[in-house]
Amino acid sequence: MSRSARVGAIAGALLLALAGTAAADAVKLGRPALPEEIKAWDIDVRPDGLGLPEGKGSVAQGEELFQNQCAMCHGEFGEGVGRWPVLAGGQGTLKSERPEKTIGSFWPDTSTIFDYVHRAMPFGAAQTLQPDEVYAIVAYLLYLNDVVPDDYVLSKENFPKVALPNQANFYDDDRETTEKAFWNANPCMKDCKPKVEITSHARVLDVTPDAGKQGDKPAGAVE
Amino acid sequence: MTQTKPETRVDRRRFLSLAGLAGAGAAAGVRPAAAEATPDPDIVNIPEWTQALGAGVNNHPYGIPSPFEKDVVRREVTWLTASSESSVSFTPLYALDGIITPNGLCFVRHHGGEAEIDPARHRFMIHGMVDKPLVFTMEDIKRMPGRTNRVYFLECAANSGMEWRGAQLNGCQYTHGMIHNVVYTGVPLRAFLEAAGVKPQGKWVLAEGADASAMTRSIPLEKAMDDCLVAWAMNGEALRPEQGYPLRLVVPGWEGNMWIKWLRRIEVGDQPWGQREETSKYTDLLADGRSRRFTFIMDAKSVVTSPSPQAPLRAKGPNVVSGIAWSGRGTITRVDVTLDGGRNWTTARIEGPALPRAMTRFYLDVDWNGEEMLLQSRAMDDTGYVQPTKAELRAVRGENSIYHNNGIQTWLVRSNGEAENVEVS
Repeated sequence: MSRSARVGAIAGALLLALAGTAAADAVKLGRPALPEEIKAWDIDVRPDGLGLPEGKGSVAQGEELFQNQCAMCHGEFGEGVGRWPVLAGGQGTLKSERPEKTIGSFWPDTSTIFDYVHRAMPFGAAQTLQPDEVYAIVAYLLYLNDVVPDDYVLSKENFPKVALPNQANFYDDDRETTEKAFWNANPCMKDCKPKVEITSHARVLDVTPDAGKQGDKPAGAVE
Repeated sequence: MTQTKPETRVDRRRFLSLAGLAGAGAAAGVRPAAAEATPDPDIVNIPEWTQALGAGVNNHPYGIPSPFEKDVVRREVTWLTASSESSVSFTPLYALDGIITPNGLCFVRHHGGEAEIDPARHRFMIHGMVDKPLVFTMEDIKRMPGRTNRVYFLECAANSGMEWRGAQLNGCQYTHGMIHNVVYTGVPLRAFLEAAGVKPQGKWVLAEGADASAMTRSIPLEKAMDDCLVAWAMNGEALRPEQGYPLRLVVPGWEGNMWIKWLRRIEVGDQPWGQREETSKYTDLLADGRSRRFTFIMDAKSVVTSPSPQAPLRAKGPNVVSGIAWSGRGTITRVDVTLDGGRNWTTARIEGPALPRAMTRFYLDVDWNGEEMLLQSRAMDDTGYVQPTKAELRAVRGENSIYHNNGIQTWLVRSNGEAENVEVS
């Protein structure tokens, strides 16, 4: 090896060693993920439909599946049992004192229903539904929310065309402009308001878990 | 690490000015220290723990708190949720001090119950818009270069969410207890992304957990490459199962739901995925019926933890008002405290480390004469953000937002020492 080639080899080795401190690649950690492995975990579905599996399902098929596997928590018509989530109704309530946030009244993206039912439902038996079953349940939920007619068949092909009513009413975080007033170098320290009145008591609502039972009854102890 | 200067002596002028509530003659009602007429039996009699031998060194191979602290536990608000597998428990902030939350008291939020995972069977995958999709074992992860330790708060976006329409819950455990603050050990997420090689189109990552909710959140690539950690330890020991053992994502300063527990997958893509927890949940419904999304940052916030409804004052005279402050935008630089519902404020002393995106402890030493107090604290961070009042927040956002309530909390401390959650004009 010539002198210059040797210097080059040393410099090269040095560069490799330096790179080795920065990237896992150089220390040979991890291994290539196999296509089958990626396919097994990569079940997410995006609003543009990317990730949807092949398949289809009708409102009628969805109704049967829903009554058997979902209605015990969500109610026959998605109205919700007890405190379990309400899935249908609530249109026009978002500005009211008690907004009801359902698929039809609130959710922006149809893809979210598919993705979530597929990955996490039924509660306690996640990822047991086949793609055709998920299409059918989503079709039934869209029907319950007056988004599709009762003879609708949802499929990978027509999925991106189904839009939810509240989609346009979401916008990105704008606190740094709309709440600019909260940045204030000199907040008031003295005589900030003429008088102070109590406007609301937690006691009136009485929704605190029973503190007595927990052995920390918040009684005052000043003599 | 920025360490604040410890204050070794009480600022007498400040102490007295607070006592001004009472005036100079505040001694009335204060129990004099020298008034005991008979000797204290706990001094003159020999107690059993002084006479008999105690338990051996390995009585509890994994140590537990004193039985006298048995009430210092996480608690649920059972009416909040339909099932405890998709629910939340609250950190007992009223009983804690300093800045580090003990592992067993860190609040818990699950969406599909607590996954119990054998670390030998846990895998972590990076794929999507990368040159080389990779799979790592836990052993691989712990061999990665660039291991780091960082203290961060984790606050649920819904912390104080029950208080939007008015004072509801009596106790900072319930009003503010969806927060904890620990030191994480892990490797920057950036190291894994660089190992896989992010393609130029990559703009977002999707993080996914291995639990029964397969929790997923979209995170901007910029944040993923900045300060996110892939962590396996908290406060020096392995993550607790309820905190994502064996692996969780740390997303400093951003809402807790994004800190995916039982982390198994990072996918790189060119747009967000519109997952359930970033569309139907964790979006902020405003008064006009429209909703903000991607409200990731947790704004500056603080609360007095003692006195508070679960931690009443026990005596007149000297008392310590203690509280915590934090900001997802940076470092807490100042906390002011008022005893009169916001008419007049005094700057509290920040005590102990004040770290970026970490819980910060403040104290105000007061001499209390037994008059009613309306206690509040107001946090400021190094971006100049000042914690707003609840009224200021509602003026911008209405009352239906559920999430991101960082308004100033008021405790009414009655003359008997009892404290109550109230709101003031």
